[in-house]
Amino acid sequence: MSLVVSNLTIDHGAIRAINNVSFTVPQGQLAAIIGANGAGKTTLLRTLSGLKEAASGSASWNGDSILGARPEDLARSGIMHVSDGKSVIAELSVKENLALPGIWRKDKKDVALATSEVIELFPILGQRLSQSAGSLSGGERQMLAIGRALIARPKLLLLDEPSLGLAPLIVEQIFQTIKSLVKKMNLTVVLVEQNAMGALKIADEGVVLNLGSVVAVDSAEKLLNDPAVRAAYLGF
Amino acid sequence: MIKTTPTKKRLLLYIFFGWILLILGDRVGDLELYQGSFVATYALAITSIILLTGYSGQLSLGHGALMAVGAYTGALSIFNAGLHPVIGLIISVFVAGIFGLILGLVVARLSGPYLAGTTLALAISLPTLANQFPILGGEEGIVFDVGVAPARFGDEFSQYKWFFWISTLAALIMVWLVANLLSGRYGRTFKAMRDNPVAAQLSGINVGQLKVMAFALSSGVAGLSGGLLVMLISGVSPSAFPLSLSFAVLTGAVVTGLYSLKGVILGGLVLVAIPEIADSLVSRIGGSEGFTTTLPGFLVSALLILAVVFTPNGPGHLLKRHHHKKKV
Amino acid sequence: MIRQYALPIWGFKMTQFITAVLTSLSSGAIYALMALALVLVWRSTRVINFAQAGQAVLTTYIGYTVIQRTGSYWLALLVAVVSGAILGAVIDRFFMRPIFKRIKSGPIVMIAPVVATLGLLGIIQAIIGFIWGLTNQSIEAPVSTGGFKVMGTVIAFSRYNLLVLIFVALAMLLLIILFQKTDIGLALRASAYSPEIAKLSGIKVDSVRTLGWAIAGASGGLAGMLYIPGYFLFPNAMDLLLVFGFVAAVIGGLESLFGAVVGAMILGFAINFATTYISAKLFFPTAFIVLVVVLLLKPGGLFGSKKSRSA
Ligand SMILES: Nc1ncnc2c1ncn2[C@@H]1O[C@H](COP(=O)(O)OP(=O)(O)O)[C@@H](O)[C@H]1O
Ligand SMILES: [Mg+2]
Repeated sequence: MSLVVSNLTIDHGAIRAINNVSFTVPQGQLAAIIGANGAGKTTLLRTLSGLKEAASGSASWNGDSILGARPEDLARSGIMHVSDGKSVIAELSVKENLALPGIWRKDKKDVALATSEVIELFPILGQRLSQSAGSLSGGERQMLAIGRALIARPKLLLLDEPSLGLAPLIVEQIFQTIKSLVKKMNLTVVLVEQNAMGALKIADEGVVLNLGSVVAVDSAEKLLNDPAVRAAYLGF
Repeated sequence: MIKTTPTKKRLLLYIFFGWILLILGDRVGDLELYQGSFVATYALAITSIILLTGYSGQLSLGHGALMAVGAYTGALSIFNAGLHPVIGLIISVFVAGIFGLILGLVVARLSGPYLAGTTLALAISLPTLANQFPILGGEEGIVFDVGVAPARFGDEFSQYKWFFWISTLAALIMVWLVANLLSGRYGRTFKAMRDNPVAAQLSGINVGQLKVMAFALSSGVAGLSGGLLVMLISGVSPSAFPLSLSFAVLTGAVVTGLYSLKGVILGGLVLVAIPEIADSLVSRIGGSEGFTTTLPGFLVSALLILAVVFTPNGPGHLLKRHHHKKKV
Repeated sequence: MIRQYALPIWGFKMTQFITAVLTSLSSGAIYALMALALVLVWRSTRVINFAQAGQAVLTTYIGYTVIQRTGSYWLALLVAVVSGAILGAVIDRFFMRPIFKRIKSGPIVMIAPVVATLGLLGIIQAIIGFIWGLTNQSIEAPVSTGGFKVMGTVIAFSRYNLLVLIFVALAMLLLIILFQKTDIGLALRASAYSPEIAKLSGIKVDSVRTLGWAIAGASGGLAGMLYIPGYFLFPNAMDLLLVFGFVAAVIGGLESLFGAVVGAMILGFAINFATTYISAKLFFPTAFIVLVVVLLLKPGGLFGSKKSRSA
């Protein structure tokens, strides 16, 4: 049970965004993929969730290839992608945003249970249920986006820069929540971040991307303490 | 030797082409001359669409209305004001151009479906306005008579040949003017705007102004085409400009390829040829009245869809691509 | 003496006004059905479906055939609405979707959908001509088309017009319930607002789009069966209704179902009042003027989304 990416290459037209990238995330682990703006992090996640085609290479989840599958099918099979920019549907209410996975999930009882769990996890959402998602603050939107993904009972969660544009206190809260989810729900998480420090602190594994290529893969702890990595990519 | 610039080359080419056409005109019958006049007229209308949609990225579903403006203007200047037909047609161009300028100013902020809806509403409403003003002759319309050819062309010179000369020369001159315009700086700015309006704006192009200008130019060309059209049917009335005319012209433009003027004659030919092809098909296989009357429409529509699906950038583009592939 | 003259004139003015209001409502209601059909498709696929005029005429011909066979208007209405839905779904799945797959880039993207649906319109109308011919047919209204009497004068509003109003109101109620109260409606809205997030949430956006086309087709099918009685049935019978529906949808901002209805009513009232009180010849120009005035004030229509979308 693991996410295995090998020799993956992804192009945007003539631009090569991801070049021959390989890494593995074992089941139940949290992997942080860190890199500067433009490193190719978003492109990588979009390919893993079926939104974008790969040029070559492979990616599999629990042994099944996920390249070329449709995003809605991957979502239904437990791979949830929370895309960048606080992916909520602003025109819908908070309740309706949360209800999206419930449209196709058969086990309605569990949908109700998952919804109440999410509201327990993010109580603020419970107070905002009938408000439009567009009226939420940045942090609340991020919680809503993660909450919506959880209602699908995902096995693999792909998070694209959940910390972007949020106040440090909120970032800390969201990172801690993510860390606790991994254990509680037996999730596998790929966390894409520019905030390398914060991400590596909660992660088991770290992958450092630079201009589309992997420059370091190691345990998060080792990466945090590696002077070369610190100097070049963590900036301290 | 004279140094030939592209512009000069084009001028020589057009003169040569025109000369060939007029010689051909002496060799064929009245029917062919009449059809040839329609080809020239439609080619002009298609040019006008290419100018607007292909080069400035604005979609018009109401070109029939702009043609109507030119047609009524021409009719009034020739029939009511007694001006020379050539002067009348020139006035058509300018009045339609000014109309297009005003329309362009009004719709400058609109895009996509909003523009399409507005031009469509114009296409159905403007011709009916003719009913409001007695001078425009109501449903009956008014005559549009360019008169017979000057006596010095001889007795043999038929009315149809006269139509053919007028429409061919008018179309050649107009298309030449437009081609020159588009091959220069304006053409490049137009293309830049069409392909990426935001980038164009950032690089200092006044997109709004350029769009209005495209509307005015396109409308002037359409006005000339409208004037020629009613010359060929000898009268102008609201019913000469149905929605189907606007759509047919758009079809011609899509079949020609929206991004180049090279094929406008082809587009005109197609629009004239399809009813003929349908007729000959019908006379061979027969069929009910419903079948025979709707066959041309069916063929035009099928062609339109095929053109969009298989040669979205025009047949010329397809050839180029094949050529390119061979080289690689 | 004066009072004796004044009363009938006042009465005439009053009935004229009432007639204008009622006819505005009933024509606005029909425009609204067409506008809804266009907005439903626009929201789900970013296409103005000009073929809707052809689809609606085709389903009305099917309804006409049912009437010929069975004599029942009501059965014909049901058949027309259902076949409208099927036709809409088929067109999206087997015509629009392949075209969109082929044409992904280049400036043609902007006009390809419009041109494709225009082409499809021509094909459907030709097919109708092949099958049913070009002669005008008529469909008899299921209830009286004689005008009601108001204060002793017969006005241009009949039992049938009332029926139309009721049907359109019911259809709208159904749509509101569908969109606001059901999971399907939620999927339709989510897919319209943000196809990507909908997909990432596991919604089969392509199928939802096809469903949007089906609902639009049903709405058009209803429009045809309500519009044609009192008018004639021929291949181009609904071209003008399409234009008015489109104008109404644009006035309403294209995105909003509510806006479509409001736009249709504005158009219905403007046209009927202009033709009643100014000149009957202003029928078409009024549509244009109302549209231009609205768009000059709000280039995205009355209830358009704030991020102005172009396509
Ligand atoms: N839609 C796109 N079209 C073209 N180039 C793109 C597109 N999206 C991203 N890129 C390019 O791909 C590279 C990687 O981008 P991205 O994956 O967004 O990086 P990150 O998420 O790490 O900031 C960048 O050079 C970016 O400019
Ligand atoms: Mg990114």
